[in-house]
This record gives sequence, C-alpha cells and structure tokens, in this order.
Amino acid sequence: MAIVYQKSAGLTDAELHYCPGCNHGIIHKLVAESLVELGLLDGAIGVCPVGCSVFAYNYFNCDMLEAAHGRAPAVATGVKRTHPDQAVFTYQGDGDLASIGAAEIVHAAMRGEKFTTIFVNNAIYGMTGGQMAPTTLIGQRATTCQSGRTVEQAGMPIRMAEMLSTLDGCVYAERVCVTDVANVNKAKRAIKKAFEKQMAREGFTFIEVLSTCPTNWGMTPIKAIQWLKDNMIPYYPLGVIKDKAMEVK
Amino acid sequence: MGKELWKGNEAIAEAAIRAGCDCFFGYPITPQSEVPEYMSVHLPQHGGVFVQSESEIAAINMVYGAGGAGMRAMTSSSSPGISLKQEGITYLAGAEVPAVIVNCMRGGPGLGTIQPSQADYYQATRGGGNGDYRTVVLAPSNVQETVDFVQEAFDIADQYRNPVMVVCDGLIGQMMEPIEWRPVPKRDLPPKTWAANGTKNHTGRNIINSLFIAPEDCDDHNVHLAKKYAEIERSEVRWEERDCDDADIVITAYGTPARIALTALEALRAEGIKVGLFRPITLWPFPEKALHDLAGQSHVKAFLDVELSSTGQMLDDVRLAVEGRKPISYLGHAGGAMPTVEEMAACAREALKEAQ
Repeated sequence: MAIVYQKSAGLTDAELHYCPGCNHGIIHKLVAESLVELGLLDGAIGVCPVGCSVFAYNYFNCDMLEAAHGRAPAVATGVKRTHPDQAVFTYQGDGDLASIGAAEIVHAAMRGEKFTTIFVNNAIYGMTGGQMAPTTLIGQRATTCQSGRTVEQAGMPIRMAEMLSTLDGCVYAERVCVTDVANVNKAKRAIKKAFEKQMAREGFTFIEVLSTCPTNWGMTPIKAIQWLKDNMIPYYPLGVIKDKAMEVK
Repeated sequence: MGKELWKGNEAIAEAAIRAGCDCFFGYPITPQSEVPEYMSVHLPQHGGVFVQSESEIAAINMVYGAGGAGMRAMTSSSSPGISLKQEGITYLAGAEVPAVIVNCMRGGPGLGTIQPSQADYYQATRGGGNGDYRTVVLAPSNVQETVDFVQEAFDIADQYRNPVMVVCDGLIGQMMEPIEWRPVPKRDLPPKTWAANGTKNHTGRNIINSLFIAPEDCDDHNVHLAKKYAEIERSEVRWEERDCDDADIVITAYGTPARIALTALEALRAEGIKVGLFRPITLWPFPEKALHDLAGQSHVKAFLDVELSSTGQMLDDVRLAVEGRKPISYLGHAGGAMPTVEEMAACAREALKEAQ
C-alpha cells in the first residue's frame, strides 16, 4: 500500500503540549514541511520565543535556540550573520513579537536580515493565562481588560505585517490563517515562498498567521475558528501585504 | 617583538580579533565606543561579522545567537549598557553559551558620569541577572594586561561554556600605553559538538536552552552549573601580591587604583612603613583563600581597601576573606575622582596607627 500522508520529517515524535483546537500544531507542520520540501532541514536553525510556543525546540526536527522573551530576532541575527548559507527562522507569538520584542523585530526588518519570521497572532497572551496583547481587538475580553479592550485604555491593536512592510528591508510580508483546507494551503505556499526568498538573500521575510486560542478566548475550537473569521480577519486582512525586492537608493 | 603605543579600547578590539573573535555586536556608549568603531573597520577585514545593534539588549542576544551557533562572539559596553545586557548574560550562563563581554566601567548610579569607576563590582561578580550563576571576571590594571586577558577570555569562555567578563575602569579604555603583542597561553579546547549550527554539521539535534520546566530538571541543571563554578573557583583564581611578605599593612585594590597603590607603596616604604599590595586579578573567582591566609600572618596588622566606589563593593569580599582577623579601613571615590598617592599614603598611615 502506498503511503499517502505522513507526519513531516521536519517534526520530531514529541507529543505536542498545545491545547485542543489551538492552531500552533498546524502551523508547526507547515513550517516543518516547507523546510523538508525545500531541502533546508539539515541546515536549518530555528529560534523559539517565550509564550505558548516556548517548547517549539522539542518539536522542530532541526537545531534550535530558545530566546529570551521578544529577543528571537536579535538571536536569529547573530545566527544568520554567521551562517549566511543556512535557513534561519524565528517562531514568535504576538506578546513576544509585537510587545516586548517590538524593537528587535523592527530593527531586524530594517536591516533586511535574511531570515524568516513566523508570527502567530492569536490576539492574546496564551501561556500566561489570557492577558491583553497589543493585538487584542477592541471589545475583546482578556484577564487584564475584563470588560473588553478600550481605545482609551490601550489604543488600537497593532498590525505588524503592515507596519513592517513600510521598511525597505522587509521584502515579503503576507498574512494567512489556517482555519480551513484552502487557507492551510495558502499558508503553506506563503511560508515556502518566504524561505525561498530568504535563501535567495532578498531580505527579511515575514509571515503572520492568525491563530485561535480556544482556551483563553473561552470558546470551543469550532466557535474559535468562527470568531477568528468574523472578528480577526476584518481587522487583520489576509493576503500579501508586501512583495517587493529591496531598492537601494 | 617591539612595543607599540595603543589606546585601551582599540587594543581591546584588536586583541579580540587576534584571539579569533568571529563576530562583534555592539552599541555606542562612552567611554567604550572605540571598541565597536575599531571592530566595524577591522573585523570584516579578517572575515568576521560586525553588527551595530539597535540596543544593548539586542547586542547581547545577537551574541547569544552567534555563540550558541558555535562562533566566538563578543560585545562590549559601559556600565548603564551592561545593566541592559544582564538579561542576556543570565541566558548565556543558563544555556552555557560562551561569550566575551567587556565592561569599560563609568560612574553611576543611573546615568552617573562618563568618568572611570569600579562601581559595577557587585553587578559583575554577583550576577546582575536572575538566577544562580557566575561569570568569570578578569580585571586588568593596564593596557598590556587588558589585551592579554581579552585574548585569554575567549579560551576560558570556550573551555567552561560560560560568559567571561573583562572589566576595566574607563581610564584603561581611554588611555594610551605601550604594549607588546606577546603570545598568550592557548588552551586545548574540545570541538563545539554542542553548537546549534545545523544537524548536517553534527550528529543528533542540538538545542541551546535555559528552560528546564520540571523542578527536578531545573534542580539538576543548577547542580551541574554549581559543579562547574566550583571547578572554575579551583582552577582560575588569580591575584598578585607585592611586598606582602613583611608588610604591616596591606592595601587591597584592583585596576587603576592598584597602580596608584604601587606608587603609594614606594613612597611609604621610603618612609620606613612596611606596606604591601594584594591585587585580585580575577574578581570572580575572588582570591579568598590567599587573602585569608595573608590575614592570618602575624606581621599583618591591618588592611586598607581602595576602590573607585563610594561605598566599597569589593570591600565585602575582602571582609569575607579576612573574617575579622584584622581591621579593614576603606578609601573610595566615585564618579571619576581618583584617590591620590598622598591620600592613599595618609589613609595607610592612619589605619596602621589605629591598628597599633
């Protein structure tokens, strides 16, 4: 019998710790499959964040570094600058990347660092128990904004893909989600394209993946998918935000 | 080999290049900015990588990335910038990533001043970051020692997989002195089979990490680190004694104050006062036993600790080593003011008088 589907060689056999209905598992799979299909896995070096994906080093079947909260882009800069021929990626959540690590991601993008960032945006701090993130939507409840986020208290949520796209060093930014097969396929194409552009040394590449957090949103996995479609996608539109080679002026 | 005239900070950078430094990540701050300036020009000429980071925090994390991937990585800064690096230093220690960090110390607290200081002793030796960890701290007292120690620091870091700090007060960084590029002892170092540099470069999968979520695992990791620190304490402690054999009073000092103390020592010896100098070269591990033994000598009546610090910081380690065996006086200046030879001599005379 022919094998028609199997776990990617880019993932270890470790059992995932993620909550039921969380999208991290799918996103891990897409990154792993991309590295394998592009023949990059044995040279790949990943950097994982602090947050729900803090244990990602147990799952990606390549060398990994665990960074301090928010610092993954700086760590990846140190790795990639000294290993320019190998695939380097950071895998970061929204608290890690858009809040405490805002300086590191902006300057890595500005410098056009030739690594790929997978940014998982679930609009909340998951690991610490559901606090407000910079990406939490207006009206969305979190443990530090229990009546819902307000503009007066916390401003409007940050759109990282759009913001980083203003920087010349960021050559490719796309926002995707993994709510259904069609979107999973789109996300996979985006991730592969980002790694291809990285290896072609074009510049900094950024894939934002909208993701669910049924546990901290207080929803079933099915309802969480619908909530993402109804609330997140209107504010964080899907698609290619930027695909433009760096112009040196 | 002939002598060459070098400015301290530029010599630090050149010494690192000669030691095989692969990459340098830094941020401007007075009085150490000549280090990244020199590196930006010369390191790439030797095939190395220079990146000016967006912050001290980013610089130390770039060091973590490059060092974790097996490179000889370095950063330098001055006191407020070293404060920002503390987060990265505890991760380096926890994940056992070798790195060399130079602190060209200036006055504090806060912004303080750009003038020389030694007020980061606690931060360097106690670990300014969280958790139980130690960094090897080398304290040169002139430019020659600085270039020797910077070169050796890379080997020490690699041997123990631990960050090594070279702390020099701003004076050493800013002054020019004749030095010789003399060979430094090279260590027999094992290959970095642990480096996260891609699975094609080694067997298995390498992970650079300081997270041990299960209490037993974290405990085991700390026990492992403590054993390593004990080994460093046994093997790496360094100090210098000058005229201590018959001394009635011993001055304890490191860095620039130790040099001033040598002149005071000569002046006092000319008066017939028997003074010695005990100069710690490694601040951690501190030469505790040597100082303890010296304090037990019957001819030693008193100690005078001299630092560029208002409250005295190394003073704590001196007290711990002396263990109340002899009285200890203190002379300190902070914020760039230097103790003079006359001041030091007067304090030594007074301390000896009180002890007798």
